[in-house]
Amino acid sequence: MSARSERLTGADVVRKQISGRSIRPGEIIFQGLLLMTLLLSLFVLMVLLFDVASKGLGVLSERGVGFLTSGISSFSPDTAGVLQGLIGSLVTTVFVVVLAIPLGVAAAIYLEEYATDTRLNRIININIRNLAGVPSIVYGLLGLALYVEVLRRVTNGATMIAAGLTLATLVLPIVIITSAEALRAVPHSIREAGYGVGATRWEVIRYHVLPSASPGILTGTVLSVARALGETAPVLLVGAVTGFLASGGQSIFEQMSQPRGYTTLPTVIFQYSQLPNQAFREVASASILVLLAVILLANTTAIILRNRYERKW
Amino acid sequence: MDTPTQTRAEERNLLEMHIATEHRERRFESKEVVFDLKGLTVFYGSFKAVRDIDLSIPAKQITAMIGPSGCGKTTVLRCLNRMNDLVEIARVEGKVEYHGVDLYHSKVDPVEVRRRIGMVFQKPNPFPKSIYDNIAFGPKIAGFKDDIDELVESSLRRAALWDEVKDRLKESAMGLSGGQQQRLCIARAIAVKPDVILMDEPCSALDPIATGRIEDLMAELKSEYTIVIVTHNMQQAARVSDMTAFFTAEVNEQQDRRTGVLVEFDATESIFTTPSDERTEQYVTGRFG
Repeated sequence: MSARSERLTGADVVRKQISGRSIRPGEIIFQGLLLMTLLLSLFVLMVLLFDVASKGLGVLSERGVGFLTSGISSFSPDTAGVLQGLIGSLVTTVFVVVLAIPLGVAAAIYLEEYATDTRLNRIININIRNLAGVPSIVYGLLGLALYVEVLRRVTNGATMIAAGLTLATLVLPIVIITSAEALRAVPHSIREAGYGVGATRWEVIRYHVLPSASPGILTGTVLSVARALGETAPVLLVGAVTGFLASGGQSIFEQMSQPRGYTTLPTVIFQYSQLPNQAFREVASASILVLLAVILLANTTAIILRNRYERKW
Repeated sequence: MDTPTQTRAEERNLLEMHIATEHRERRFESKEVVFDLKGLTVFYGSFKAVRDIDLSIPAKQITAMIGPSGCGKTTVLRCLNRMNDLVEIARVEGKVEYHGVDLYHSKVDPVEVRRRIGMVFQKPNPFPKSIYDNIAFGPKIAGFKDDIDELVESSLRRAALWDEVKDRLKESAMGLSGGQQQRLCIARAIAVKPDVILMDEPCSALDPIATGRIEDLMAELKSEYTIVIVTHNMQQAARVSDMTAFFTAEVNEQQDRRTGVLVEFDATESIFTTPSDERTEQYVTGRFG
């Protein structure tokens, strides 16, 4: 009797197995490692942000809007601002938004929805991917050759227009890739449903595929605008000025529409951080905060747009 | 006292039987042909999916296509409204005549074809938009100018969905249950006033209750529409269809590839009770498949 009761039945074994929960050390270590990598990357970012904020916030709170509306200066840190940089960055961003995004999205629609799977199209696809990886300085040289020299009549030389076109060219492959990715992610069943009720290809794209892909497309747009806002090297090549801007009695807008009469925020930051006077370190940090704020503003706008679009139906 | 009543009842019975027989005869004899497939062969790249299909699908009836997996039922169905055009590598040989017009003639506009020949898919695929917009989209792009609200209501009513959704027409169709979504897809298909509705295993993702409702709906719709349904469910074919086409896959030993062929096409009753081909009998009795 006692011998029998000691023998475990099948149900007992199962009960014992499922309730004998033990800690799996491998799993915990792995999870811990993953958490560490996250914290490490966040830590580096936080240090950077903290460093910039601690130096720059003082200037910003002291000068307020005045910092945004005063011109750049290389000799008086107390009155130096970022006005030309802000205007330059905003104008070039408008070029990116107006040119690169419609062109890129349209190209992505062609590649994903219309182009057949031929060798030529595959080569084009691969090349666009490669173009997205080309260093930005190369785009700067392209901009110098094409927009400053060849298209001088359109751009009037090394002007903000040339810079805007160069940045638009730079982000175009990124817009195409992210948009194509977003279009590809739209389920095939939605397209079939559209064709099934007698929609043309364009109607299917316009009313069903594009709305479904729009959150992804907007994400790509945000990435490209942020990229364009942050680029320094290519705009230096096509005429952004790193030194003191001689006003020559002109208004700031007249001056900035001249060749080599403009600058952008990253260029201004570069310029301020080069100056020997220690007081300019704080001005540079404050400029970085302005740039971050502009990028954040662009992102927020895109997110708000995206949410509104998603909620529409 | 009894006799005249009995006689009258008998008479009525006889009459009803007569009407029923006549009705059935009329159904089988004077049927107008909507689709006439002549030697239809479909390739996907170099792969021959179905070959030499000859099939005449009658008007205002439910035609079921049954057969084991991979026998090409869906491929044939998708040729009927040129849905196979969406598959880049698909190639069609032979003829698919719709009211005497070869659908694969170079002058035929596939968009116009699909407006007349609607489709309901295996997995319910409502647009990720409101219930209202799901129905209204097809008529709008077709240039429908009358009262869209009324059309939405009548389409939903005919799909037996109106009472369930009338208070939330502006809500997303994705919030409906699977069965409701499929009925919405049927409503969407009939909203463009097609001539034919193709259904590709419309109930395979639904539970028996939802399936029953769709089947009832099909029985109602066939007075106005020609319905062609692909189904894996033989009971469903037996329950709802008037005509049944049995397909099977021939295994090509050399290449180890399967090509679909049409084995038998007849009145559903004959297919399930007195099939003329041995393969059909084996399949419908469950000994093969």
